Amino acid sequence: MSQDTLFDKVWDLHKVSSLPGGSDQIFIGLHLIHEVTSPQAFGALKDKKLKVKFPDRTVATVDHIVPTDNQSRPFKDNLAEQMIETLEKNCLEHKIRFFNIGSGNQGIVHVVAPELGLTQPGMTIACGDSHTSTHGAFGSIAFGIGTSQVRDVLATQTLAMNKLKVRQIWCDNTLSKGVYAKDLVLHIINKLGVKAGVGFAYEFAGPAIHELSMEERMTICNMSIEGGARCGYINPDEKTFSYIRNKLYAPKNEHWDNALRWWESLKSDENSIYDDVIKLDASKVEPTVTWGITPGQSISINQQIPLLDELSPNDKLVAEEAYEYMSFKPGQLIKDTPVDVCFIGSCTNGRISDLRVAAKVLKGKKVSKNVKAFAVPGSEKVATKAKQEGLDQIFRDSGFQWREPGCSMCLAMNSDKLIGNQVSASSSNRNFKGRQGSPSGRTLLMSPAMVAAAAINGKVSDVREFIN
Amino acid sequence: MKSEFTQPIGKISNINGQCIPLIGNDIDTDRIIPARFLKCVNFDSLGESVFEDDRKTLKGKHPFDLEENKNASILIVNSNFGCGSSREHAPQALMRWGIKAIIGESFADIFYSNCIAIGIPCFTLPKNSIEEIQNYCDNKFLFLEIDLKNSFAKAKDLSLNLEIKDSSRKMFLSGEWDATSTLLENENLIENKFNELPYIKFNSLFNS
Repeated sequence: MSQDTLFDKVWDLHKVSSLPGGSDQIFIGLHLIHEVTSPQAFGALKDKKLKVKFPDRTVATVDHIVPTDNQSRPFKDNLAEQMIETLEKNCLEHKIRFFNIGSGNQGIVHVVAPELGLTQPGMTIACGDSHTSTHGAFGSIAFGIGTSQVRDVLATQTLAMNKLKVRQIWCDNTLSKGVYAKDLVLHIINKLGVKAGVGFAYEFAGPAIHELSMEERMTICNMSIEGGARCGYINPDEKTFSYIRNKLYAPKNEHWDNALRWWESLKSDENSIYDDVIKLDASKVEPTVTWGITPGQSISINQQIPLLDELSPNDKLVAEEAYEYMSFKPGQLIKDTPVDVCFIGSCTNGRISDLRVAAKVLKGKKVSKNVKAFAVPGSEKVATKAKQEGLDQIFRDSGFQWREPGCSMCLAMNSDKLIGNQVSASSSNRNFKGRQGSPSGRTLLMSPAMVAAAAINGKVSDVREFIN
Repeated sequence: MKSEFTQPIGKISNINGQCIPLIGNDIDTDRIIPARFLKCVNFDSLGESVFEDDRKTLKGKHPFDLEENKNASILIVNSNFGCGSSREHAPQALMRWGIKAIIGESFADIFYSNCIAIGIPCFTLPKNSIEEIQNYCDNKFLFLEIDLKNSFAKAKDLSLNLEIKDSSRKMFLSGEWDATSTLLENENLIENKFNELPYIKFNSLFNS
């Protein structure tokens, strides 16, 4: 059992009681909600005649269902309109802070909370969304929950949970040029497998992690869940503190000094005990692309899609399913695979640094005429910043469509969808069957820079050929 | 659809029903209920859309479409079932279709806790036992009587020692799986915790 890790410390700090069945009651410091997984929770509160216990500790925004082309109300999609209205009504009734479209602070929930300074080290954070692990980049313990648990947090500000084990993933050296946080996390998921993280929190550590910017760290923690770990985190450091400083909800003046003193004490002890430790060499990671139907099915840009015989017995079943669904032949190169749609956005890679790196690749180039390409900033703040820097114009000049903030084609709950068996090069997090809105649509996950390169060439490409 | 859906309440100690095998590793919650069906403000109509895209692809051959499975209630799955999105809509859709318990090689964490929270016990068995059951179901009906108290399941010519986390087992037996009221019993402790956490104090902007 782990001891003295950041996870242990934050867990123990938030433990309210041991429940009779043997699980722990954990206090949730920050609760984030959105329109998709909260309406039934508010409905259940009403049925049980309960109130929201600490309305100040819950913050709402709208992201999954918002259109990215025309956001004027009412939305064209009646069901989407009904969902945003329900959220508006629930927030008003329960006095919950809500960042609506046009507030200047709306966006994907996992982009918004960090950029507003809501996400802070040492907190427990829960949200009805599996990518809540993103917030672990700040040294918080953050995890996705379902709607019944959203109800429990609203009613009690606590959850019944079993403590997770802790696996440290130590990344030596640094990433090479043209290789990004997305490549590293895809590599980690490939090496460990998509279910290795079940029952674990992942602590990402080592020189390669230390080197990463806060936004890159968020990309890593974001995809912990794709490796099966519902929680991923990084010990906070100077970069963490300076990212938070001066954000809208960051502690100010003497509160800042107190916060900093506490945050600086928050990290895994040098001699802390982990349930498991994995070491890997980040300098060996190359631009990585998924070829299959799980985020673990990835290869380096110059590799061939694995043959059945090269896979472990446990991976064969899903590999066979993937060859068929993707219409790929074992042994085929992933490079030069034609793509139909290029998508840059999502809670994994929809932040300003992602747009900057993609714009750098796109500048002065044109998107292939066979490709539909669009960029969706992760939040209104990201969009504003991108416009100030002229990034939106670079995207437009290249042939990309520039959209309004939202989750968009990561999960295709709005009108941004693949059609038929189109192939998308996507900076999002999931390549599941049907994930991007068409039951036969095919998704290749990669870094935003790689998506930009694919957009220009109309096929999967090595971004290093663009940046040298 | 089958007989009218009733939500489980209170103590759950026995589940009896016919098994329905579903073969495949890493079956994610997008497949269990595609995102377009999440555009709803209640869970009521999800049952009919469970596995919608997989069922359409298999044109009537999907286990959830086979006539002989229409009264089944114990789902038999392989490894990492329910991975991906945290959407509770997935177990809600399974439950509204008629699933009351799931036996598998392994489950994704969030899916597993969602199942507990809505009253669906998830049990594990080794890979070969799962495959045996799935093969058995290929040509025969398998009715299981699950006894949660003893983590045991029996059929006419078969008995199984099921595995389940002890805390989950206790929650079903006591009714605590429906957690809100249990959590609320500690209201004073929750207040104390709120007052004692360091960051509540230095986040005064929050508390406006």
